Amino acid sequence: MSTSDSRAAGGTSRRRRGPRTWLAALPLLVFTGLCFGIPLGAMAFGAVTRTDRASGATRLTGEHLARSLQGPYLGSLVGSVQLSALTALVGGVLGVVIAQAVVTSRSKGLRSAALTASGVLANFGGVPLAFAFIATVGISGVVTQLADLGSLGWSLYSFTGLTVVYLYFLIPLMVLVIAPALDGLRPQWREAAQSSGATGWQFWRHVGLPVLAPSLLGGFVLLFGTAFAAHATAAALVGGSVPLVTLKIADALSGNVLTGQENVALALGLDMILIAGLVMAVYLPLQRRSARWLR
Amino acid sequence: MLSSSARRGAAVLLSAAVLTTLSACGAAPDQKSGGAGAKTGVQPSAAASVADFGSMEALVAAAQKEGKLNVIALPPDWANYGEIIKAFEAKYKIKVNSENPDASSADEIAAVKSRKGQDRAPDVLDLGIAFARSGAAEKLFAPYKVTAWDKIPVSQKDADARWYNDYGGYVSIGCDAARIATCPKTFADLLKPEYKGKVALNGNPTKSGSAFGGVYAASLANKGSFADIQPGIDFFGQLKKSGNFIPVESTPATVEKGETPISIDWDYLNAGYAEQFKGKGVDWKVTVPADGVFAQFYSQAINVDAPNPAAARLWMEFLYSAEGQNLWLKGHARPVLLPLMTEDGTADKDAVTKLPQVQGTPAFPASAELDRAKATLAEKWDKALS
Repeated sequence: MSTSDSRAAGGTSRRRRGPRTWLAALPLLVFTGLCFGIPLGAMAFGAVTRTDRASGATRLTGEHLARSLQGPYLGSLVGSVQLSALTALVGGVLGVVIAQAVVTSRSKGLRSAALTASGVLANFGGVPLAFAFIATVGISGVVTQLADLGSLGWSLYSFTGLTVVYLYFLIPLMVLVIAPALDGLRPQWREAAQSSGATGWQFWRHVGLPVLAPSLLGGFVLLFGTAFAAHATAAALVGGSVPLVTLKIADALSGNVLTGQENVALALGLDMILIAGLVMAVYLPLQRRSARWLR
Repeated sequence: MLSSSARRGAAVLLSAAVLTTLSACGAAPDQKSGGAGAKTGVQPSAAASVADFGSMEALVAAAQKEGKLNVIALPPDWANYGEIIKAFEAKYKIKVNSENPDASSADEIAAVKSRKGQDRAPDVLDLGIAFARSGAAEKLFAPYKVTAWDKIPVSQKDADARWYNDYGGYVSIGCDAARIATCPKTFADLLKPEYKGKVALNGNPTKSGSAFGGVYAASLANKGSFADIQPGIDFFGQLKKSGNFIPVESTPATVEKGETPISIDWDYLNAGYAEQFKGKGVDWKVTVPADGVFAQFYSQAINVDAPNPAAARLWMEFLYSAEGQNLWLKGHARPVLLPLMTEDGTADKDAVTKLPQVQGTPAFPASAELDRAKATLAEKWDKALS
């Protein structure tokens, strides 16, 4: 009797707690459902259907998705992944090095200056950034003229040029994301490692990097996503000469040349979400694993 | 204070709402008994010519009753649209709501579809020819014959009057003579090593109509045809390889800065730059290259569900009057009635002499040729340029 009572009581209390927690999360769920669900649904619907122009009848089709994975569209997806992965990697490494230098320096002024500047620069993108670069290191840019960069083979309007421009806002972003994590590395751990006879490399190999791993991975994923979704800067700088998926979507969705390409643009959007999902799928288990070491 | 002012605001809103309802109630029988339908019994939204209104005065009256006109994608510095809008407002006392001036043709079509039945849907559209054709196929446009309809060449209008060309221009080479010793005159010139890192297009040809025109013209200059744009793509591939081509999109800012000292663009835009940057260290010269003559016109159409149907039709009459055509001409664009107006002397002679010189008469690609060229371009452009 008593056991079943308590079990029943436990059951009801659990049941009672259930709906309440669910209620607390309701605003978030509604928000997510409205702001992400509806556009995603509309995009997915458009990507797999075709509406006949004259009759207005809609039917299911896989042709848009197939087209989005062929020819120049596939090329643009590959180009975007390459550019994002490269810039996230380089930006991530440089960002960590800079953040570590700032965090370990004893100057408080340097620290706050660097973090404030990072906060500003990480949000400096789009056409203004592109034009700033054009005016500085474009073909007739000030620095290009002074340092004669042109004869050294420098070109802003190329894959390399775009990488440099992206790093301009990705490195500060990494500094912002990783600085708190670097702060979390206690000096005592390092002292303990040193007094146990560990070299600097051994400390990083066995203590520092494992502790930082989740933040590093998170930073990389954030940088990858930022670079992957960037559009305005690239559009102003390289037009169609560096194939990027965001530029292709803009061409198909809002151009003056190609008609009836809207659904292919939606399919490309779906491809982008899938790629972002894949990156997250790699990141999440790894993060969970390194989080376990940290306990 | 706050609450009383809020109450006052509410009262104003309420009375405004009552007024609108009242006037709306009054408007319905009015349209049947008076105004447009008086003589003909045709609603403004179904009117296919001025005759359906009875007279030009009746059209003006009907448009003024609506009091406003929604336009979209009309940049004030493009073909003199800023002045055209002001002139229309002043002449007919109708407020023009200009939405998203930098929108593309695809955006215009999207706005027509997504705002169907809404008060802020665009009334009239200025479209790239491909979008005029596809929009007509989708039954998005109202057929309307402006008074000057018969004077528009047959090749420049839809037989059912759902769209007709408005103004156009030639692909031209703009060049900053202050920075470039000898300005290029032809597409062949552009390949010379002296123009390394100097030649730009107005945008990406898979997106921008003027850049697309540039590739078409380059194709004609290199033994291509309307059906075959590949030589044009190859030409830009070659230009890229030699280092002459820079992919940055030429804009007024890059022109002024000298970053795009040579820019392939519509002649009316290039001529506009020449005027805009006179005395700012930019000596902008405009040439229509003799080896690749390509002209293209934009088209005008009325939204079939226009919220202000009479104002939309009045706008069309205005654009195709001598006054409207001359205003485009003043913006260095070539209005569709220009040949006739030159003959009968109504064209603004000053503006005509300012147009860049062109040899011969333009030809236009057929619909199928255009589609094929676009498909080829979308497929091949990336590869040629990377």
